[in-house]
Amino acid sequence: MHSSHIPKAPAYWSKAAIVPGIIAIGPMLPGTLAFGMAFGALCAQKNLTLAEVEVMMATVYGGLSQFVAVQSWPDVLTPGAIATLALLTLTVNIRFFLMSATLRPWFGTLPAWQAYPSMLLVTDGGWLAAMRYRDHGGADASFYLGGGIVLYFTWLFSAIPGFLLAEQLTDPRKYGVDLVMPAFYAAMLVPAWKGPRRAIPWVVSGVVALAVHWLVPGWWFIIAGALSGAISAGLMDEPEPQHPAGVSV
Amino acid sequence: MTEFLRSDVMIAFAVMTAVTVASRLGGYWLMGYVNVTPRVRRMLDALPGSIIVAAALPVAVNGGPVVVFAILAAMAVTIIRRNDFIAVITGMAVAAAARALGFGG
Repeated sequence: MHSSHIPKAPAYWSKAAIVPGIIAIGPMLPGTLAFGMAFGALCAQKNLTLAEVEVMMATVYGGLSQFVAVQSWPDVLTPGAIATLALLTLTVNIRFFLMSATLRPWFGTLPAWQAYPSMLLVTDGGWLAAMRYRDHGGADASFYLGGGIVLYFTWLFSAIPGFLLAEQLTDPRKYGVDLVMPAFYAAMLVPAWKGPRRAIPWVVSGVVALAVHWLVPGWWFIIAGALSGAISAGLMDEPEPQHPAGVSV
Repeated sequence: MTEFLRSDVMIAFAVMTAVTVASRLGGYWLMGYVNVTPRVRRMLDALPGSIIVAAALPVAVNGGPVVVFAILAAMAVTIIRRNDFIAVITGMAVAAAARALGFGG
């Protein structure tokens, strides 16, 4: 995931990368389905209608933020309660800001009308898969878009069976559904390993995230940790040019 | 549930969508005004790993031993097999099995 400093090709569109892009997000699909079903079940318990749930799936399109918001869904939606939900959503989803920032060097040569709508499909899984593809020299924007569209529609429909089967899904933890995202993250971290020096920002990120999680209520720890990691990487000196000890695959 | 789409719920979703869309577009937009120097390049390169760790580590620590163990199992499988799919299934299966056996968390 850690891109080298060789210049990479500008973005282009071709049909060739659509299927590889879908295959790359394939491991996400069962987990996304399970996560969406658990979310649908939660919504049923909170007395949202199925139509409302589907509107939320289609528009907010941020699994973790939706979960967090609906878990703390108020009985009465006062303006203050809506503002609280908005702030909660922002603290969970502000990481998308950082993700779309990393896509600029790749997508920046595309016309705005192609690039900005593409950014609406930024998710953890789709973005991580696209970053890994880019890291290996890929430039075909269809890779990102193909996977992103499949993830979007999988998520869109995943809540329906969960909503209808809510009674059976009252404890999604029983099936390990809460491990879907952490396990996928962990799997993505392994190939990103490029030696201890490149992992220093990760340690900074982890320490700051744990501290903020402990000290500050809510979900600020994600953005605080991620920004600290990136800033620490910026403050570190450029590594000595040398032959890479282990070229990653 | 007399109403199909309640207007107050729709307003809440609209506000949540607005902040999420702003997040998704904002980073890309801002980087149009940032010169990608080697320093900025290093910061961008460090982001994937940093976001992963920041999002997952507190959740893992908070989740207790079962979650930590399941994540470690997923990483071990990834090191051996380099297969994301098997890693996710392993993480879920280990947690589900541990909880079925009566381990909390």
